[in-house]
Amino acid sequence: MPELYHYLQQLVNGLTVGSTYALIAIGYTMVYGIIGMINFAHGEVYMIASYVAFIAIAGLSMLGLDHLPLLMAAAFAASIVVASAYGYSIERLAYRPLRGGNRLIPLISAIGMSIFLQNEVLLAQDSRDKAIPSLLPGNLVIGESAMHGVVISWTQILIFAVILLVMLGLTLFISRSRLGRACRACAEDLKMAGLLGIDTHRIIALTFVIGAVLAAVAAVLLGLQYGVINPQMGFLAGIKAFTAAVLGGIGSIPGAMLGGLLLGVAEAFGADLFGDAYKDVVAFSLLVLVLLLRPTGILGRPEVEKV
Amino acid sequence: MSTRLRTALFSALLVLAVAWPVLGLKLTTVGIRLEVHNASPAMLWSIAAAALGMFCWQLGRDRLAALWSGAASRPAVPGRLKEVLSLPATQRWGLLALLVPALVWPFFASRGAVDLATLILIYAMLGLGLNIVVGLAGLLDLGYVGFYAVGAYTYALLSEYWGLGFWTCLPIAGAMAALFGFLLGFPVLRLRGDYLAIVTLGFGEIIRILLRNLTDVTGGPNGIGGIDKPTLFGLTFERRAAEGLQTFHGFFGLPYDSADKVIFLYLIALALVLLTLFVINRLLRMPIGRAWEALREDEIACRALGLNPTVIKLSAFTLGACFAGFAGSFFAARQGLVTPESFSFIESAVILAIVVLGGMGSQLGVILAAVVMILLPELMREFSEYRMLLFGALLVLMMVWRPQGLLPMQRPHLELKS
Repeated sequence: MPELYHYLQQLVNGLTVGSTYALIAIGYTMVYGIIGMINFAHGEVYMIASYVAFIAIAGLSMLGLDHLPLLMAAAFAASIVVASAYGYSIERLAYRPLRGGNRLIPLISAIGMSIFLQNEVLLAQDSRDKAIPSLLPGNLVIGESAMHGVVISWTQILIFAVILLVMLGLTLFISRSRLGRACRACAEDLKMAGLLGIDTHRIIALTFVIGAVLAAVAAVLLGLQYGVINPQMGFLAGIKAFTAAVLGGIGSIPGAMLGGLLLGVAEAFGADLFGDAYKDVVAFSLLVLVLLLRPTGILGRPEVEKV
Repeated sequence: MSTRLRTALFSALLVLAVAWPVLGLKLTTVGIRLEVHNASPAMLWSIAAAALGMFCWQLGRDRLAALWSGAASRPAVPGRLKEVLSLPATQRWGLLALLVPALVWPFFASRGAVDLATLILIYAMLGLGLNIVVGLAGLLDLGYVGFYAVGAYTYALLSEYWGLGFWTCLPIAGAMAALFGFLLGFPVLRLRGDYLAIVTLGFGEIIRILLRNLTDVTGGPNGIGGIDKPTLFGLTFERRAAEGLQTFHGFFGLPYDSADKVIFLYLIALALVLLTLFVINRLLRMPIGRAWEALREDEIACRALGLNPTVIKLSAFTLGACFAGFAGSFFAARQGLVTPESFSFIESAVILAIVVLGGMGSQLGVILAAVVMILLPELMREFSEYRMLLFGALLVLMMVWRPQGLLPMQRPHLELKS
């Protein structure tokens, strides 16, 4: 059944990419859910996190400490810390002073921030691709052989495992913890939450930090999977993730997860059918189709507008 | 004191965490290995200085703020003058006053300056077109450059395959872009505003990807070259005319001057901008124009008054796209070459920035912003590496300091004074 294996392989590849889209998409959807703005600079946070992960890995290998778990832990820790710092600073500098005005204003500011960050990295590092060898070589083959079977690399298995854990942790955090409850309250009604004594500025900053942490996790995982980074990678990843968030229903965290997976799978099959160049076309066409049939996204709630 | 110390420490650490890993360390590929090296000592010292500066600032910010407020109050534009400057009537006269110098100036200026001014006019036209969509109708369009690309490629393809001239193609390009706007807007405009933003962004990208990959028709990444320049009633501005055509300098018995062509292009661009301004100003006084602004202010009230939001939005969207098509075909004629990379997202961002920087809805503001946005990077050529970095920072700072734009529009209104 080579046909079936082929499709299963595409499914696995699509789910791998899709689950990382989902992680980045959560950052968009949480911010949107609370303050209703598209955080355009989120893709750049992801890109910076990838650079930091590569710096950590390359730095430790130079020191001769190339013990695998240590490298991974360092990459995760470094990129999470730096990405959170970026997430927080971006919110503090570019969005907080603008709160409460026209909706377009923060968006322009976000586009400006995105251009700024991209060029900061472009100047400090350079525009050339940076590559690291795979840290986790080897595959798991299901079926008779690599040609007649489904190949899942260890990296992909690691991606699934980590993302599952992170999603579980996030869901628990949002539904059980005190801060998570405050987050939900802010998403429900920012003004009312403020009146009830929740420090809304802090909660908004927290959502930016959570988004940045998830983007950093995605950055490390995708860095391990592809092994290549460049300063331009944030833009497309950001747009894809935002598409995923809209697809699933923006503002909804399970929606972002579902949207990410769906987008990844659609892209994998689209690339298979129409060729790699049209991957992005497939993604955006899917978005338009879903919005036509279900304007609020797959899991989005219809928004009632009141006077 | 201890909370302040903690804040100061936190801020300083934040500066370090943001700056040091990205700016202070540099990834270099050595052979097949990736290595990390320290950046230049100057960079490391300035990062340390920035962190220290942040620390001191956070510690003493209350005292500093008190000093500052005691020392000087900002000289502000007097209230009356501000009112007068942002009234539509003043802005109209301002435009008329600019017109005469704009007509005479190119005959005395250098060729490079006129060429730059033509570019500014293209962006002014794009800004005015997007202003209908974003500033007047309040729809966020992040893929405006897609329509610009449609216009440019319409002319390029028609001229390449059927040999049509600029003046025939100009209306066709506008109509094609409008058609694309209509087809895209029809399904999407019923949705909430933010979805429009992402769908238009996706559309812009799709257009670019298609242009790059349909190599047989569009020439792929190399684009289409050798596009004819516009003619003046059949007179070309080249040194030698093609068969059946006459040259401009030959017809009038003037010596050949390559600057003529540049000035002619500038004048066409100026005429196109004036046409755009005229059409928009007329439309603004018609029911449809009033409906755009009403829709921006309150969609529910509009519905209650019996206006059909979809039709109104669609008209704004289509018209905006149409102007982008005109600008695109002129752009193709001026460059003589179109490539997909001329129509990347950053162009959309620049045009949107022009609209917002100018003050949404304000036409003089948009033109002023087009001048600033195109001229500034040109003046900063020496720092060309830092151009985009500064552009990004400028956008953020502008939004923080003056979110209403350079010259916001104001409707004539009465204020009750108690």
